Amino acid sequence: MATAPDVVLIDAGGTNIGSVRYALERLGVDAAMSDDPARIRAASHVILPGVGAAAPGMARLRASGLDAVIRDLTQPVLGVCLGMQLLFEHSEEGDTPCLGVVRGQVRHFPRAGGLRVPHMGWNALVAERDDPLLYGLESTDAHAYFVHSYAAPLGPDTLARSDHGMAFSAVVRRGNFCGMQFHPERSAAVGARLLGNFLALDPAA
Amino acid sequence: MLTRRLIPCLDVRDGQVVKGVRFRDHKVMGGIVDLALRYRDAGADELVFYDITASPEGRRVDRAWVERVARVIDIPFCVAGGIRSVDDAREVLHAGADKVSVNSPALERPALVGELAEAFGVQCVVVGVDSLRDADGEWRVRQYTGDPDKTRALRRRTLDWVAEAQRLGAGEIVLNCMGTDGVRAGYDIEQLAAVRAICSVPLVASGGAGTPAHFAEVFAQADVDAALAASVFHSGAIAIPDLKRSLREAGIAVRP
Repeated sequence: MATAPDVVLIDAGGTNIGSVRYALERLGVDAAMSDDPARIRAASHVILPGVGAAAPGMARLRASGLDAVIRDLTQPVLGVCLGMQLLFEHSEEGDTPCLGVVRGQVRHFPRAGGLRVPHMGWNALVAERDDPLLYGLESTDAHAYFVHSYAAPLGPDTLARSDHGMAFSAVVRRGNFCGMQFHPERSAAVGARLLGNFLALDPAA
Repeated sequence: MLTRRLIPCLDVRDGQVVKGVRFRDHKVMGGIVDLALRYRDAGADELVFYDITASPEGRRVDRAWVERVARVIDIPFCVAGGIRSVDDAREVLHAGADKVSVNSPALERPALVGELAEAFGVQCVVVGVDSLRDADGEWRVRQYTGDPDKTRALRRRTLDWVAEAQRLGAGEIVLNCMGTDGVRAGYDIEQLAAVRAICSVPLVASGGAGTPAHFAEVFAQADVDAALAASVFHSGAIAIPDLKRSLREAGIAVRP
């Protein structure tokens, strides 16, 4: 990238925001944290981290008017974990209407069949489509660290999948809106690569 | 496919990693950040830092080291020891820990588990269980095992407590089998399998690892999601890359 990205992290109340900021630090990027719409709009890249439940997460964004701000952003936006789930149309968790910038619905993992939930640990990423967000991972046996009980089935915006009782979207992208269901900030070299790929996306594209 | 996790456990006292789990005469092994990085580079899937400074004395500790670890480490880590309230947990999670583990305080006041799950989500809440088989053949829970003088045997059956902890909102259970702990003769497969049968959240085996074969056995026979160990990793008796190789040969899925 020509100039250093100006990254803003939206504080949606998740406990992983510090970890995401440190991961960016390790990539040489000093990210700002903000809930100020003007500051968010001015960023080259916006990240919505998030750990917790969908309903309070969306409620917090709506209360501050950030839901509309995020929907209208044109620069690259990355939702991480719950932050990715909020990009979809709807989450079964708390029957929550979400931002709707990525197509699909978020559901609970199957409750039958002895499936262990939360889905917690390192699972394989399998590319479904070519995309700059996945650069460097095509030929590798890439694993990422997941911790979640809800997931989006494969859909038109799925870039990479993972499997746990069902195939689900691990990486999604629709236009400037990107999502990672796992924690890139805790996914060792694979996570650093994916975060770097996101930061390399052109803000004006 | 979800891989099985290998988790070195580091005991932390006054900001340093010490050796001598649950015994006196702790010897300083090194700096927390240095050791955390070494395990990360070796391919550990996760780390547990067991803060032994505070728990038995019931005092709070300086958690600045949690932030130092979070800055340099890019694998998940859990902090155990001395977490007695939502505020304690928030401090540790906001400093960058991915999970908190509660043991004796959850036995004192089981509602703590639900409060933590409500505040941070079940994925952050690990319940550690210290368990020993009594003369009547029942596995029962032990409390305050951090200090041999204060350790108490409870009437609570281990299987009942694991079931209750899940109901309350535990997102993961670490079962420390005290009968095999420190002996390096293998994990307590029988007990772990019994707990596995009633545990629908991830289950971590602790206590007894001595050889790579012990890890393969506990994954294959007790179907645990992760295996925790301390001394075999710290002493260098088992190197994680070698262990992963032997697990892969035994048909166990591990992260490359």
